[in-house]
Amino acid sequence: MADSMFVSILSAAVSSGTPVLYAALGELVCERSGVLNLGVEGMMLVGAVSGFLTAVRTGSLAAGVLAAIIAGGCMGLIHAFMTITLRVNQVVSGLALTLFGTGLSGYLGKSVIGVPLSATFHQVPIPGLSSIPVIGTVLFKHDLLVYLTYIVVPFLWFYLYRTRPGLHLRSVGESPETADALGVNVFSIRYASAVAGGMLAGLGGAYLSLAYAPSWLENMTAGRGWIAVALVIFAVWDPFRAMLGAYLFGGIDALGFRMQVMGSGVSSFFLKMMPYVFTIVVLIIVTATAARRSSRAPEALGTPYERE
Amino acid sequence: MGTVDYAVEMRDITKRFPGVIANDRVNLAVRKGSIHALLGENGAGKSTLMNVLTGLLRPDSGEIRVRGAKAALRSPAVAIALGIGMVHQHFRLVQTFTVAENITLGMPRPRFRLDMAPIEQEVARFSAEYSLAVNPRAKIWQLSVGEQQRVEIIKMLYRGVDVLIMDEPTAVLTPQEVRELFETLRRMTADGKTIIFITHKLDEVMEISDRVTVLRAGRNVFSCDTRDTNPRELASKMVGREIGRAPQRPSVAIGGPVLELHELAALGDRGITVLNGIDLDVRAGEIHGIAGVAGNGQRELAEVITGLRRAASGRVCICGKDMTNSAPRSIIEAGVSHIPEDRLGMGLAPNLDITLNAIMKRYRSGEMSRGPVMDEARARGWTGDLVERFSVKTPNLRTAVRLLSGGNSQRLLLARETSCVHKLAVAVHPTRGLDIGATEAVRSILLKERESGVGTLLISEDLEELIALCDRISVIYEGRIMGTVGRDQLDLEEIGMMMAGMATAAKGDERSEASV
Repeated sequence: MADSMFVSILSAAVSSGTPVLYAALGELVCERSGVLNLGVEGMMLVGAVSGFLTAVRTGSLAAGVLAAIIAGGCMGLIHAFMTITLRVNQVVSGLALTLFGTGLSGYLGKSVIGVPLSATFHQVPIPGLSSIPVIGTVLFKHDLLVYLTYIVVPFLWFYLYRTRPGLHLRSVGESPETADALGVNVFSIRYASAVAGGMLAGLGGAYLSLAYAPSWLENMTAGRGWIAVALVIFAVWDPFRAMLGAYLFGGIDALGFRMQVMGSGVSSFFLKMMPYVFTIVVLIIVTATAARRSSRAPEALGTPYERE
Repeated sequence: MGTVDYAVEMRDITKRFPGVIANDRVNLAVRKGSIHALLGENGAGKSTLMNVLTGLLRPDSGEIRVRGAKAALRSPAVAIALGIGMVHQHFRLVQTFTVAENITLGMPRPRFRLDMAPIEQEVARFSAEYSLAVNPRAKIWQLSVGEQQRVEIIKMLYRGVDVLIMDEPTAVLTPQEVRELFETLRRMTADGKTIIFITHKLDEVMEISDRVTVLRAGRNVFSCDTRDTNPRELASKMVGREIGRAPQRPSVAIGGPVLELHELAALGDRGITVLNGIDLDVRAGEIHGIAGVAGNGQRELAEVITGLRRAASGRVCICGKDMTNSAPRSIIEAGVSHIPEDRLGMGLAPNLDITLNAIMKRYRSGEMSRGPVMDEARARGWTGDLVERFSVKTPNLRTAVRLLSGGNSQRLLLARETSCVHKLAVAVHPTRGLDIGATEAVRSILLKERESGVGTLLISEDLEELIALCDRISVIYEGRIMGTVGRDQLDLEEIGMMMAGMATAAKGDERSEASV
């Protein structure tokens, strides 16, 4: 009994961690190129509402997901234009986009609050793999968007560390002057990374509104975009560690939810607070122990690039 | 010889920046297979000209020919494709990447999947061919400055560059590394490659170059084969006047010790011992020089004395008082001035204006304020005096310090540090990166200090400077004082040997000096 509850919490950790994981991967790509994106929360919300609206109108989940990715990408493009072309302070632009995204999504979503979806993502157990004890249930009884992360995470790692475009992406975030002097196009790489980051954040939002909830609620991300920003630091800009961090967050989230349902007597507000407290604590520990060279932020993170 | 084969010809290059003409109809013709020195003071337009040649800047007018054919150098990539590459003074390397990763960065192939093994092999091949020893798999931050420079050179060779521009390449090297670099450059020219060598050191021009072009204030003033000229002529072309003789040093009564270090030890940033058993004193009215190759504990020594780094053991006495590990402010109040190595980082606040920087050490005393409010008029009046006395060239007193040239910001820093009551001045590389005019000004300020009875600890890598200014010179090597020699017993060779870590008989002199 306790065993099966343990397994079900782990399984919930994966699905609860997935939207944060998408957003964190987006932030990771963006930051690796040297662009700090504090607009993730807004981008997730815009993705969530665009995906939901489209899915309601068309009845197609695929169209919804696509719309979320495009909407997130557009937000990323705005951020890129502001910070790369106009060289607006990245923090200011990001915060503005979060405020903008929160407002815009609330406005757009007014009509669909509480509207049910005709089709939602549901579990597609992977034949064979899903019957492995424990692991099968935890990892392989989910929906397609969860499985997609199993491909995206290793691919992103491979891309960053084992390919030339990945090397160029990292160099732009570490030392744009160096990259530029060697003919690497700093502007286009940063633009592409910011847009890709927005797309992944939008996809994370769509996971919330189309698979996890599945419904639209104003401000439904509830700070997950901010958690994603923090997770990237926790993950020292590594995709696999971002995955681990997202599942840890998801696990505590799921645990709190379970305790609430079982009536543990602990205030539900306290339980909802736990994942965020946990994130802060982890960040403090990581930052305090991260004196090692290998675990530093990209050198040029947050600095606009301008040819002298 | 027949017709001359030029690798690069720049004709009538003009480049304006708002308010200045950096290059005014400059001409430069570089023969294939030669080493061509480009000589000039800071701000003479050397870097601008080379940035034009490497495609980083576009000239307002003028023509560039590469191997006889007209070329439009729109970007660094185009320049490199035409075989023109540059090793900048501040290396363009990604610190967290390996040597091989830095070298392959920006190359078109392989397009996607990156297998480092063949790239590492090729790097090793270049490294062997031109005796540029470096481990392809090492991370850049693990390398010495000399090794990083080798990576930059390999990076250019790897790209098939045959016109290599070196921007003040010896500024950061030890004498041994300079010799190795010159050996490599000779090998490269023997291979038919062409080198443009930017410098303001005359002896290097004479030693390594085949031909020399002198720039001054954005114009080229002189060009000739190196064997047809001499250092004196080049120096006068470069500064536009005869260089003043070494500053006079009137004799000064040496007083009691203002700084005494006893068995001083300290740890570096990485927790390793960088100062070990330092015994040293500086007396009133003397300049005590610390010679040594960069990174042997000089920075840390200055930091421990000024209270910015903890001493692990030993004592620091200032004017006879034990000030070991006191707060920087108490040390300032005990009469210590600090001219740090990092002028704009540690010495001045670059975004604040000249006035605020000038009064930074005085605002507590109440002389610049009325109650808690700053007395703007008095602060500006006082700063105006100071700026005039030290000839800091600035549009006005509200100009942000970051907009000043290197020489002027150093003048301002010295003005502030020497205008307050002090008995000991700790100066770290005070003339590094300054042009000849500013260097002379800084040196004469230091000598005036000495005449007014201040004891100065002068840390410098420039032996010529130490010899011109110091009463005594100590040599630091791996955190230890190898020996001390007085002004009358100076022996360049001996100092050179101590800098390389070889102990000499000078230890005894130090004792006899100290007991005078």
